[in-house]
Amino acid sequence: MNAKHDITLAINGEAYAISVEARRTLADAIREECGQTGTHLGCEHGVCGTCTVIVDGAPVRSCLMFAVQCDGASIRTVEGLADGGEPHPLQRAFMEHHALQCGFCTPGFLMLAVAVLERDPDIGDEDLLDILSSNLCRCTGYANIVKAVRAAAAEMRQC
Amino acid sequence: MKPAAFSYHAPETIAEAVAILAEVAPEDGRVLAGGQSLVPTMAFRLARPAHLVDINGVEGLDRLVLDGDELSIGACVRHAAFHRPVVEGCLGPLLSSVARHIGHYPIRQRGTFCGSLAQADPASEWCLAAVTLGATMTAMSVRGSRQIRARDFFEGIMTTALADDELLTEARLAIPPSDTRFGFAEFNRVAGGFAIAMVLAAFRLEDGVITEPRLGVGGVEERPRRIAEAEAALEGRAPGAEAFRAAADAAAGAVDPMEDINTSAGYRRDLVATLAFRALEQAGRALEQAGA
Amino acid sequence: MAADKTAYLGRSVQRLEDPPLVTGQARFAADINFPNQLHMRMVRSSYAHGEIVSIDTSEAQAMPGVVAIWTAIDIADIGPVDFRADRAAEALKPYRQPVLAKGRVRYVGDPVAAVFAEDPYLAEDAAEAVVIEIEELPVIVSADDPPGEFAAGHGTEAAVMHHGYGDIDAAFANADTVIELDLRTGRHSGVPMETRGAIGRYDAANDILELHGAAKVPHRNQETLVKMLGRDASRMHLHECHVGGGFGIRGELYPEDILVLLAAMRLGRPVKWIEDRQEHLMCANQGREQHHLARVAVDAEGRILGIDDEFFHDQGAYIRTHGSNVANRTMCTITGPYRVPAFRAVCHFRLTNKTPCATYRAPGRYESTFVRERLIDAIAPELGIDPIEVRKRNLIAAAEMPYTIAFDEPHVSDMVLDSGDYAGLLDKAVAAFGWQALKVELARRRADGELVGAGIGMFIEEGGRGPTDGARIAVDINGEVEVITGGASLGQGFETAMAQICAEALGVDYRRVRVIHGHTDLIPYGIGAHATRATVMTGSAVDVAAKMVREIAIDAAAEMLQTPADGLDINDGTVARRNDPAGPAVTLGEIARRLAPDAAKPGQGDPGLAAEGFFTTTDTVFPYGVHLAVVRIDRGTGAVAVERFMVAYDVGRAVNPMMIEGQLVGGCIQGLGGALYEEFVYDEEGQPMAVTLADYLVPTLREAPDIEVLITEDAPSPLNPLGLKSAGEGGINGVGAAIAGAIGEAIGDPGAVRRLPLTPARVMDLLRRADAGSS
Repeated sequence: MNAKHDITLAINGEAYAISVEARRTLADAIREECGQTGTHLGCEHGVCGTCTVIVDGAPVRSCLMFAVQCDGASIRTVEGLADGGEPHPLQRAFMEHHALQCGFCTPGFLMLAVAVLERDPDIGDEDLLDILSSNLCRCTGYANIVKAVRAAAAEMRQC
Repeated sequence: MKPAAFSYHAPETIAEAVAILAEVAPEDGRVLAGGQSLVPTMAFRLARPAHLVDINGVEGLDRLVLDGDELSIGACVRHAAFHRPVVEGCLGPLLSSVARHIGHYPIRQRGTFCGSLAQADPASEWCLAAVTLGATMTAMSVRGSRQIRARDFFEGIMTTALADDELLTEARLAIPPSDTRFGFAEFNRVAGGFAIAMVLAAFRLEDGVITEPRLGVGGVEERPRRIAEAEAALEGRAPGAEAFRAAADAAAGAVDPMEDINTSAGYRRDLVATLAFRALEQAGRALEQAGA
Repeated sequence: MAADKTAYLGRSVQRLEDPPLVTGQARFAADINFPNQLHMRMVRSSYAHGEIVSIDTSEAQAMPGVVAIWTAIDIADIGPVDFRADRAAEALKPYRQPVLAKGRVRYVGDPVAAVFAEDPYLAEDAAEAVVIEIEELPVIVSADDPPGEFAAGHGTEAAVMHHGYGDIDAAFANADTVIELDLRTGRHSGVPMETRGAIGRYDAANDILELHGAAKVPHRNQETLVKMLGRDASRMHLHECHVGGGFGIRGELYPEDILVLLAAMRLGRPVKWIEDRQEHLMCANQGREQHHLARVAVDAEGRILGIDDEFFHDQGAYIRTHGSNVANRTMCTITGPYRVPAFRAVCHFRLTNKTPCATYRAPGRYESTFVRERLIDAIAPELGIDPIEVRKRNLIAAAEMPYTIAFDEPHVSDMVLDSGDYAGLLDKAVAAFGWQALKVELARRRADGELVGAGIGMFIEEGGRGPTDGARIAVDINGEVEVITGGASLGQGFETAMAQICAEALGVDYRRVRVIHGHTDLIPYGIGAHATRATVMTGSAVDVAAKMVREIAIDAAAEMLQTPADGLDINDGTVARRNDPAGPAVTLGEIARRLAPDAAKPGQGDPGLAAEGFFTTTDTVFPYGVHLAVVRIDRGTGAVAVERFMVAYDVGRAVNPMMIEGQLVGGCIQGLGGALYEEFVYDEEGQPMAVTLADYLVPTLREAPDIEVLITEDAPSPLNPLGLKSAGEGGINGVGAAIAGAIGEAIGDPGAVRRLPLTPARVMDLLRRADAGSS
């Protein structure tokens, strides 16, 4: 039961060969075994969305997957968003629109928004609001998050 | 909130999966599909299976196809697959509108239709849909395969007719006649929250009056069910506020609602009256739109 | 634009905090790891009240990776978690929380044992295997219940507190009308997105004990810990890292903080504890649960003659670090912005078998505003006066400032309202909201059968209480500015605000100012970030210190440029002649080089371009605000939709309007949570029913309306050089009151709402009652 599994997680294009128990959540493996602590844990039961990462193109709660399920999968986290020193349009928009205060929920919102805008750049505003209601923020009251995502969406459509 | 230890199995074929399940079921083995309900209960250690049989890599379980006059939904078909209509006609848009009520977008990327049925949470939208639309479930084990009708499948809160060693490999939904009209109404307190009550309504019209009415209520009793009294109140009547109100009141009167510290039986009953009326109105509007 | 370049105060500049937060480079408590660390897991009571019969750790002790398991007897030398506020409250000391339960457990979640293991998963496995046998005792779940025994000689009514002034009996005897209301505020809390975390580390080489993951009040907590653990202050240091929201509840000392420190010492390895969400929802401070029996006496014109309030404060199972402060703040602010000639409040401060309570954003004031504004709203229909007019007749006038409220009780400090034009703000808010037209429109909609209504919450806030804070500022030879403060950052933009104040005073770009906070080893004092003090206290100290540095720089430049000091100015980090900005100049970096210890000339004074400045005040600043709400009720479900909400707030002086708006909007949505969604419900056995985020309902984007914000600077505080008043709690204070008023109007019974939160089920009950009343 406590046997370890040798797996490889490809996080932001880099392969991490790790050995984990089956029960280790993807979130814990990303943070502890792979040292990528930008992905945060807010509830560990799938409600708050803070731990959202992109697995094979889909935004998922990394607290609700086991690392063993992601052997060989392509994972994207907030650390991989910026292009070298150049922030991603969403990162820039979050700073410009004051879409964060404590910043704890920010990586989850960024990964959710990135995944959605990459999949569906022309997403309608109602659908966008529905999707952004997936994650919790306790500081901002959300208005500036919505402004930032809308602004980044417009910019990403132009590129 | 770290899950208890378990042994992990990742079969690649159905045969392999049911063989493993046969072996581990007596030792508290369980199936892992989307995991969006199971994993949180494991995090709270309310569930602590000794074995998990992960079916995400099993060939063929992600099939979602029209098979004759039925829609066949494989065990690994995610909720998100229904975001856009999966079949032509009235069923596709209905399933899309129901799917949007399930948790949140990222949850719908992983959670599965069949997983919801096997979990049998009273607040599950798909369980209500399965009962109201009359789904048939296929259960497989090393002992063979059997079909279970929705009305026999749900036995209570988190309890189904599935044996421990059975894998729910698919659910089949009959394609309703193309002129069937649907309405779905759900009440929850915050976006993506659990349904406190929900109603799925469907009917057709023949000679200006309602025929083949279906009215299912979920989240209210221990399992979803169709409310015969409400359906009787609709049968043969002209669609409209009067008939809808009569059916809604009949539904509210017929249910035996669960109670908890936040939600009295009386309040749930009020919700049933409201939601049944709204679901029927929606179906009525669909009718007008179709007619226009 | 050039003129604006160095004017940083009052500008909505981008935050300095953001880059690491948006790139995943920030370091929160859970991101801190030390080599060879252990992980702690608490074993908690699953009963609300009982005697501990036995604790069997033998099976757990034998499990893989387990290093130690402690119960109360293992730390018998350590006292309960001490008060940091209300230190005088000797009588309350028996109610403090032990670090691990001794003999009795008093709430579900009460820590009974601590497991130390190599890995958090193993620690949790072992914690599950600890067997605690508990003999159940009767449970008190409500402060309304008759008091019982807390411990021998100590009842569960820990105190009965009185605040008052004037002749209250005469006020009621002479009243034209008396209105009495029975009012309740529900139990809710801050619930920051980051749970608590604490890492203890003992640096044996230097004999320094470190607590990482500190927040809010590191220096105050250092004081308490030094006493509790018997260490020298110079050998006990707290370190704040990134903090994922505080809202008053994070950063207080809790049992787990003490345990990681003790374990780090005694087990000789760093010890890490990260709270999980379930623990958070049953162990971190909760608040707000009060039951008020309030009455107001008014004359025939609706002028208040007196307010009399007896209330029951549910403190939960123990008295934590704040003592009775929340109840005190409730009593002090019940009269709010109104002229109340006579006043009496009696608080029954009672212990129950639920999670302990303490401060949550606008502590005591969210509650008192709800009570006061419900009373005011009840006056209006009783006398047939418009609710705005009733308020205007009673608001303290601008000309009366400063306005002193002196309580009879010698131990209760006077409240001296420093400045404000309350009626002026009400006028501005009502005009900006289009109140008159709105009321007509709402009446029309109600006539058409809609359940819509508008409500008002008017309040004063309090902040910037002293006594003293300081800051050290130094400029290095490259012209970079370092500001060391004892402040704390919980995500509110502290660094940016301090940098703006420093930049403005010194004449540099705010982006060249690095602000340090939350490290007790870098500065021996600090006020932290609580009770909206940070901007006022630390900000004023930064202003003072920056002006001192400026003076040193100008004096040095005068000599270097051979120009009289009064002819020089600093812009963008460069000193030049005021009348010849393009002429001879010297940068702050060059001045710092000139003043460096190895370059300084004898007789020049202390070397270095640096200064330490202090700000001291004995007074409190009182910002004030108006909340206006419009709601629509769904008759079929009882659900409340907030159609509009305005926060109008006078901040004295805005350092960064964008950040203030952020504070107000965020606070307001939290307030809506407490008014409509969030509630820690307990069953009759004291079992908490909201221990997941699926049960404790934090508003999502879909429950958060766009908040209209009106920030005014009409009444700068005379109590500090910049006129600052702070903004942290103005967004939340009046929300419960405004929503209650709006719902009352929507259902056609202005006084109907007596209880928060207004869950859909409760709103349905109100509707049913209103229908029964009108038929």
